[in-house]
Amino acid sequence: MSAPSENLPISIARPKPLWLRHSPYFIAAAILVALAAGLQFDGYILNILLQATTFSIAVFGLSVVLGLCGQINLAQAAFFGFGAYAVGLGTTDFHMSYWLCLLAGCLAALVAGAFLGMSTLRLGGHYLAMVTISFQQIVTLVMINAIWLSHGPDGVSNIGRPELFRTSQSYLAFCVAVLAIVGYLVWHLPDTKLGRAMRAVRDNELAAGVNGIDVFRTKVSAFALCAALGGLAGGLFAGGFAYVSPDQFSFAESIVFLTMSLLGGVASPIGSAIGTGLLILIPEWLRFLKSIPGLYLAIYGLFVILIIRFMPDGIWGFVAAAFERWRARTKAPPAAKALQLKPATVGGDIVLEVTGLSKHFGGLKAVDDVDISVRRGGVHALIGPNGSGKTTTLNVLSGLYKATSGRIVLDGTDITDMPPHQRTAAGLGRTFQNIRLFRSMTALENVEIGAERPGNSMIGKGGDAALTERAMEALTFVGLGNRANELITSFSYGHQRLIEIARALAANPTLLLLDEPAAGLNSTEKLELHELLKRIAAQGLTILIIDHDMTLVSEAAQHITVLNFGRRIADGESMAVLRHPDVVSAYLGSE
Amino acid sequence: MDLVLQLLFTGIGIGAVYALVALGFVLIFRATNVVNFAQGEFSMVAAYLMVVFAVDLGWPYWLSFLIALAGMALLGVIFNLGVYYPLRHRTFLPVIIATIGASILLANSVLAIYGPQPQVLQGWFETPGIQLGPVYLDSQYLLIIAVTVALVIFNYWFFERTLLGKKLQATSQDKEMASLLGISVSTMIMITFIYSAVLGGLAGILVAPVLFVSIQMGSTIALKAFAATIIGGFGDVAGAIIGGLALGVIETFGAAYVSVPYKDGFAFLVLIAFLIFRPQGIFGERVAEKA
Repeated sequence: MSAPSENLPISIARPKPLWLRHSPYFIAAAILVALAAGLQFDGYILNILLQATTFSIAVFGLSVVLGLCGQINLAQAAFFGFGAYAVGLGTTDFHMSYWLCLLAGCLAALVAGAFLGMSTLRLGGHYLAMVTISFQQIVTLVMINAIWLSHGPDGVSNIGRPELFRTSQSYLAFCVAVLAIVGYLVWHLPDTKLGRAMRAVRDNELAAGVNGIDVFRTKVSAFALCAALGGLAGGLFAGGFAYVSPDQFSFAESIVFLTMSLLGGVASPIGSAIGTGLLILIPEWLRFLKSIPGLYLAIYGLFVILIIRFMPDGIWGFVAAAFERWRARTKAPPAAKALQLKPATVGGDIVLEVTGLSKHFGGLKAVDDVDISVRRGGVHALIGPNGSGKTTTLNVLSGLYKATSGRIVLDGTDITDMPPHQRTAAGLGRTFQNIRLFRSMTALENVEIGAERPGNSMIGKGGDAALTERAMEALTFVGLGNRANELITSFSYGHQRLIEIARALAANPTLLLLDEPAAGLNSTEKLELHELLKRIAAQGLTILIIDHDMTLVSEAAQHITVLNFGRRIADGESMAVLRHPDVVSAYLGSE
Repeated sequence: MDLVLQLLFTGIGIGAVYALVALGFVLIFRATNVVNFAQGEFSMVAAYLMVVFAVDLGWPYWLSFLIALAGMALLGVIFNLGVYYPLRHRTFLPVIIATIGASILLANSVLAIYGPQPQVLQGWFETPGIQLGPVYLDSQYLLIIAVTVALVIFNYWFFERTLLGKKLQATSQDKEMASLLGISVSTMIMITFIYSAVLGGLAGILVAPVLFVSIQMGSTIALKAFAATIIGGFGDVAGAIIGGLALGVIETFGAAYVSVPYKDGFAFLVLIAFLIFRPQGIFGERVAEKA
């Protein structure tokens, strides 16, 4: 927690291009496809392989929605059924091309998933779980009862395959190729902008919002993507087995998909493939279990409870965690240049103009008609006794609460009615009193999400290299550059606070809101925080700080606004305000 | 008009069952902040316990009833210790998944033991029902409605007027503070699970003579009950009851005037409509997370 360390290794090794680093994956995939096409399997083995391949793709979907984004989907079998019935009915009753049907199935699942997500994802996860179960039941009802369309319980037989992959062997090879491509995409998703947003949403929705991520859209995207993968897998499945019926797409199958995902490890497509493979093979070995109806599903249910209890990250998660720990220790972070802060400006003396701001909770006026104007380039403090409405004000400013009345203008833009992520895009950065970092990520990844703020002019076109570079600069700026690849959980409280500040700085905000940054810090750490604030202010970034620590506030801030009982009782130059009789009596009581 | 009255009576009767299960949902949600997806399976297991004792073994109805409820209390204890308690410090997602796992385990264990054939359980009364003007009042439906009313009153008295009820409320609102005041939080959560298991079981036993006793009855009832809690306003006791009754009526009319095979779909449509247009339900919802 000091000035940027000078003794970092100066390694400017450019990473190898992506296609070269990933070539082993594609070579392995090509070999697998060749094996699937070339080896002579008997029909039984072929069916098992085909099932494992198509199911894996559906389970990839769950690894996106559940593993990456932390949302639940208990209707994956229904989406799988969308794809399967599209190919089944399309190629038989409607004599359409297989490819067209496959595409239609994916789209149908995508649209259904997006609709379901949009209606539910603004609400908590409980709703999503129940709604997806309901949806699953409805789809099953329709499949059984809409006989004119779906052929009812008899199902659809003689489903076609494309000309090119007429034989089972060549079709298997085709499915393996699709699996390899989808697997690659899902594997890489976490490192893309959308993937990072999903992980941020999973770890901490509030923090994701104030770091410029559209939480709702991210969740809907994850859900729709999962559904589309289910549809794709279903279409491949239908072509492979040439027969589909409603019981293949029941709620029980959704649970099978879920168990596969949890067993292998929900966070990675590798885990999905492991889980799927195991849960297709194990029941084949233990066929006697299937002779008693319900028994094998009962065991799956028990599995789910035990996995959640004892192995929450699944088989692959267990292996990968060990690997990650080893990698964080060995991989030296790249060296970084000094952090540049270039706060945007439309000119004018005032960065933040708050007029007549009120926030009422029922009859309680937590913030009542408050005016604040923050001068550009200065440190402005908002103080007041406990319960005076400071944090409520900050929450209204960053959009977590909606203002009852009043107007907030940030650098010429009226942000009063914007959701948090749009305010961030408009140039607002903030930290939280109770630290909100994305706890499953490394320090660097956390800060990268900050750097990815829409409208951040400091990351050029925003490629991965530019993001990493910006994030490293910000981490180095707060003195933690050499620990960039460690997980958040291995940092002390004070360091976590610094990472949160680095995350906000990487976004190059116009105005930085600091919510009690000194809370919980010891006296050395407070001194260092003060130094850090000075270095930030020296670059011309405007800061609005809330704190109880009067030494920090009086030394760092040039301008102070005092709240009491939700109202502004004093405002002006620091020393004058602190001597103001109303302020003294608010803090010390009057006679 | 006669048909309308008749349907209204049936709808309220079946809605009362949804309301009872919904009440169980809400109580556990308020105590633990977790939705228990095995709540419907509690009803199913209780109905099968009745089949075991009252039908297969031929024991007196009242004795079987008491044994079934005692069995539910035991299941509540096991459920809490085996599923919820070990995960109590984790986020809600693992807990939800674990309760889903438990629901699959319960439903399919019963399936493995009893097979897929639906069972029949007689009603409590010998008389099938009474004719009141144009409406035929089925005795089992009358019993369901009466028990629901009695339980709602009991519930109110228990939570508002007894010390234990107040302790339970305190626990559900602020666990840390409650424990600092000397309330044993784990005991309170245990009591909540027992109570809601018994409540769910009671609903299952009451509804069993009306429906068949089957493996699916649990998930069907749970789905409706959950929809009821959303319609009423999540976490709200009165909302759960009103929502349950409303859903029962909507569904009965839907089946009579629109389509029988899709009867179970109406709850879902109403649910989606509420989620889109009034997600906070009739009685509003709890406030969002504080920053």
